[in-house]
Amino acid sequence: MKEVIAFYPILIDGTITTIILTVLSAILALAISFVVGLSRISKFKIVRVLAIIYLEFFRGSSALVQMFFIYFVLPMWGIYFDALTAGVIAIGCNLGAYGSEVVRGGVLAVGKEQHEASLALNYSPYKRYRHVIIPQAIPVMIPTFGNLLIELLKLTAVASLITISDLTFMAHIIRVQTALTLEPFLVILVIYFIIASILVKIVDIIAKKFSRGRNIMIAGEN
Amino acid sequence: MYWSWEVAFDVLPQLAKGVVVTVQATIVASLLAYVLGLGIAILKMSKSKLLRIVLYWTTEFIRRTPILVQLYIVFYVLPDYGIFFEAFTCGVLVLGIHFSTYTAEVFRAGIDNVPKGQWEAAKSLNYNQYETWKNVILPQAIPPMIPPLANYLITMFKETPLLAAITVVELFRAADQYSNSHYKYLEPMTLVGVFFLIVSIPSAILAMKLEKRFKQRKI
Repeated sequence: MKEVIAFYPILIDGTITTIILTVLSAILALAISFVVGLSRISKFKIVRVLAIIYLEFFRGSSALVQMFFIYFVLPMWGIYFDALTAGVIAIGCNLGAYGSEVVRGGVLAVGKEQHEASLALNYSPYKRYRHVIIPQAIPVMIPTFGNLLIELLKLTAVASLITISDLTFMAHIIRVQTALTLEPFLVILVIYFIIASILVKIVDIIAKKFSRGRNIMIAGEN
Repeated sequence: MYWSWEVAFDVLPQLAKGVVVTVQATIVASLLAYVLGLGIAILKMSKSKLLRIVLYWTTEFIRRTPILVQLYIVFYVLPDYGIFFEAFTCGVLVLGIHFSTYTAEVFRAGIDNVPKGQWEAAKSLNYNQYETWKNVILPQAIPPMIPPLANYLITMFKETPLLAAITVVELFRAADQYSNSHYKYLEPMTLVGVFFLIVSIPSAILAMKLEKRFKQRKI
């Protein structure tokens, strides 16, 4: 164990890389979730079809395959990404597909009368979604988004296979350097668990904050 | 770089061998996940608070850490303790255990949804624990569980490429090996992606149909 602790600088580097990878891909995934999820309920058939194609494509083929495709195959067509960018794109696009279902489900869970009410107020579609529908859909989405965030964190370990020097990658280096097997992997497992538990806690706090606002609204109605 | 059918046909036999391993891994891992998951779900309803707490944190630990690292641990560490498993066995064990923590939630929800009166009815029939589960609870709990369990089957299928990292020559590694020895990356990787789409899209549609069917039955 001592030998592994001696490698703490690269463990910290790895943790930082894992966190950067998680945050950047989560932002990309969230943006894609909303774009694709809202496209699924568009008035225009072509938009809906495109969104379904995106969803089925990224949900249907494996994340590792997508990552390798972006990192190893796209350069053959002259599209180069460094490993970190390739990882962010692959993870973001993959989780974005799953997230789009959450957005769609959340928006559909908002009652019909809310749509009608905003129509009655003569809101434009943008205003209707921005001020009426989405704010009510978000509390429904948060718990599922929280689960997906943990899935996303776990997926970042796979990015070590395309040479991103994240925690998993660093554990390999320590394994080779010290000839220890259990310790390095056990240490990073615990680090992953701590990061995940912090994320769970943050999502809990956000969920509470949103649901509290909601309760006030319901109380106001009574 | 253009698509070459020659390369595509050249790599197909190797991919076909990989597909067999992928399918085997999926089936064995999912059976393990279902059996273990049911066991965990039943144990989680135990009266012992200590057991429940230990189970909760163990399953959360498994759920919140990457499968890839778990694979490495089982694959690299067990031999140090004199336990030698084939890479395939390691992979299936880890996949099965990892997803059993997910299926356990499905089982738990399914069991929770059986009305309390059913438990009382079983008691009044003087059924013992085993008979209660077998004749009353599980037959009612299982049908609504089938769609989510089918979804986890598809998820596990899509996670099998991770086994490549511990030297299991499944579909993905078969393609990767070909790529590395022939310097052809486009065709093998595309074919792998297409194969996953061909299997997972129809099965996702099937799972959706199952879901609709079981919902209708409820009404």
